[in-house]
Amino acid sequence: MCGLTLLTAAALHAQENPVAFTGATIIPISGAPVENGLLLVQHGKITAVGDAATVRLSSEVQIIDVTGKIIMPGLVDSHSHIGGGSGGDSSSPIQPETRVLDSINVRDPRFQKTRSGGITTVNVMPGSGHLISGQTLYLKLREARVIDDLLITLPDGTIAGGLKMANGTNSLTGKNGFPGTRAKSAALVREQFIKAREYRDKLARAGDDESKRPDRNLALEELVEVLAGKRIVQHHTHRHDDIITVLRLAREFDFKVALHHVSDGWKVAPEIAAAGVPCSIIAIDSPGGKLEARDLSFKTGRVLEEAGVVVGMHTDDGVTDSRFFLRSAALMVRAGMSRDGALRSLTLANAQILGLEDRVGSLETGKDADFIILSGDPLSVYTHVEQTWVEGRKVFDRSNEKDHLYAVGGPGAGDPQNTYLCCFGDAFAHHENQGGIQ
Amino acid sequence: MTLPHSLYRNLSLYLFSLLALAFLAAIATARSQEQTDSAPDHPAMPVAIHGDTVYTMDGAPIADGLVLIRDGKITFVGSAQDTVYTADHRVLRAKVVTPGLIDARATVGLSGILNQDQDQDMLEKSAAMQPELRAIDAYNPRDPLVAYVRSFGITTVNTGHAPGMLISGQTMVVKTHGRTSDEDVIQPAAMIAASLGSNGTTSEAGKTPGTRSKAVALLRAELIKAQAYVEKLQAEDESKRPARDLRLETLARALDGTQPLLITAHRQQDILSAIRIAREFNLAIILDGVSDAPLVLAEIKASGFPVILHPTMARSFGDQENLSMETAAKLKAAGIPFALQSGYENYVPKTRIVLFEAAIAAAHGLAFEDALACLTRDAAKLLGIADRTGSLTVGKDADLALYDGDPFEYTTHCTATVVDGTVYPGENYD
Repeated sequence: MCGLTLLTAAALHAQENPVAFTGATIIPISGAPVENGLLLVQHGKITAVGDAATVRLSSEVQIIDVTGKIIMPGLVDSHSHIGGGSGGDSSSPIQPETRVLDSINVRDPRFQKTRSGGITTVNVMPGSGHLISGQTLYLKLREARVIDDLLITLPDGTIAGGLKMANGTNSLTGKNGFPGTRAKSAALVREQFIKAREYRDKLARAGDDESKRPDRNLALEELVEVLAGKRIVQHHTHRHDDIITVLRLAREFDFKVALHHVSDGWKVAPEIAAAGVPCSIIAIDSPGGKLEARDLSFKTGRVLEEAGVVVGMHTDDGVTDSRFFLRSAALMVRAGMSRDGALRSLTLANAQILGLEDRVGSLETGKDADFIILSGDPLSVYTHVEQTWVEGRKVFDRSNEKDHLYAVGGPGAGDPQNTYLCCFGDAFAHHENQGGIQ
Repeated sequence: MTLPHSLYRNLSLYLFSLLALAFLAAIATARSQEQTDSAPDHPAMPVAIHGDTVYTMDGAPIADGLVLIRDGKITFVGSAQDTVYTADHRVLRAKVVTPGLIDARATVGLSGILNQDQDQDMLEKSAAMQPELRAIDAYNPRDPLVAYVRSFGITTVNTGHAPGMLISGQTMVVKTHGRTSDEDVIQPAAMIAASLGSNGTTSEAGKTPGTRSKAVALLRAELIKAQAYVEKLQAEDESKRPARDLRLETLARALDGTQPLLITAHRQQDILSAIRIAREFNLAIILDGVSDAPLVLAEIKASGFPVILHPTMARSFGDQENLSMETAAKLKAAGIPFALQSGYENYVPKTRIVLFEAAIAAAHGLAFEDALACLTRDAAKLLGIADRTGSLTVGKDADLALYDGDPFEYTTHCTATVVDGTVYPGENYD
């Protein structure tokens, strides 16, 4: 109920009157950049994008002059662990019934650090130590008191999210039913999807006859959603053979999948392209760290792009820091990816990976008013994110002292945001602090 | 350095170089035959490096600059205009030429690329204090990450034992050739790595030190033992001298300043503990990490100790939750000598690229040339190798990095790295 009340309040604050951002170079992603552009926003949506010189504004429009700045869509991070959420525990390798929804700390300081990095939509995932570790959550980085404030509700009323799966070495422990080999990993997953198919078919046969319906099974219910294409599998995978295994299983069970990390993706780019499967890749400053990532390279972006793969990117925060997400794309350009492709990988491609391309990822009329204002070239080290806007509301402003602290760090930047523990001072700050690598 | 002195010095070096050139030209014809048979990266081959801008870090940047190299040493630095060199030189050109970069605190070569037990030699956990562990006995010059960091322009690293034990072992200063430790090392016993705070304590039940106070008590007790050891060694009666003790003999070098303690301390109380210990034992130490530095800038400045600052992109949690991308600029403004580091990660990236860390500092208030200085001249001074490297100066080692643009920009490339006159490839994304 609290969440609902706040949403109503937020809606009232969003632009009743239209607001125009004028003078900036607009990079809409969906089309060519527009110099001296205009971005018109009302009721949390984009109502016009174009050349400032050709649009006549009515007198009720509030004008914000951002001449000399760059405006681009709010970044979409297709794989993050901000909020310290979790999925399955160590009791079994397949736990699709667990929801990251039930575990996120919205007061994690990394939320505001993430906004300072220009990210407005984020897929928060459980870890990669399971074959199926649980349900992920697609969040809008609105101002938030509780997790409900961040959720994305789909047209059918369900909450937007994917299913996290993983293969390769992370789950190969051989304990508690976890696999000891790659073949066993695939066999366990196949068995589970076969069960899910049978469950789905039983449900279909029972129709309206409740007596014939199988008992509810939270794990299988989720996999039925996956089989129906309602929930996209967000699949951790590194080595070339593991990548091919994911493609094989996706073909057998006909589920929608996006490949994550894809360290060896440059070795099997034609196969990924032929399967029509998008990739979310990551820029790590050096290869290695684990056997499967020995051949990780900044060139993955270029090679996949040239093969015709839809290439998105992710931070995997805290593997990389959300404040350096623009940098990740720039490093792909360093190794030959096109600038357009790199900027798309942070925005529209990631939106596609999450199935949210109708709402976010580009600056187009009718889409959510999620955008960032940059001091310069998005791919330059010297550029800073000056403002981040979500659904027509400013959620980060670098000129604000507290926001600046989250953007660059310093004493206090590790404290949780105390939006409603105000009256207790910092008494709880350090107990609540979330750290560590997911 | 005062300006007139610097001008005089540059001018005299320049004149000397011109004379040397005339001499070299005379012998060039005789040598050119054998030179053509040399491998392209043969260190004996003379190299001429043209830079649209050459940052010598020893005087002002030179537009249309030229650096000449012979037998692994720099023989000329100056304007390319009106400067001639013999035809036997291998010629390289770049938009930007800098001294080879120095990573002042790394674990590369010890913390191997695969992150498997067999290639991780940066932390021995059998005892809290093992200063006798030498980096040179563990360094793997052929770990792929050594060549990887070199491909970004890094020619020298101070590498060795990681933060994570109260005294984890020693560091060494090594060139990034990737041949053998013995060939590549330039300072085999550079520093002794100690850690305070959560890096120097353990949460394992029954293990010590489990608290900050205990860690400092143990460290002080060990230094007192080393003092006693040194004193006993002075005994006139040889039979009364103590048996050789590797551990104490290493700490004795910390006491006399020949191998300083490098103390990793992130929280402000740990930084102050490090300074307190140093004063008690009259040690010259190097402060490492110092995430909380902005809280105790005055104390660090007053101590006179140099700093090897945490990577600017290090993860901000635990003892490092307060770290800031602006700290490098604050150290500079306070006049505290500092260098940057790739540091240590137990996960990924298995090594950071110190160039990238400086870039973030340069984007957060540190002036371009100051950022370059903390990777070159200032790092060389801090490591005590300024007589050999850290600037493009005639007579110094021919360590250079070549870039096709602003070295700090994300989309710039290192096109070649020169170590002791040997030309290595830059970044490769084929």
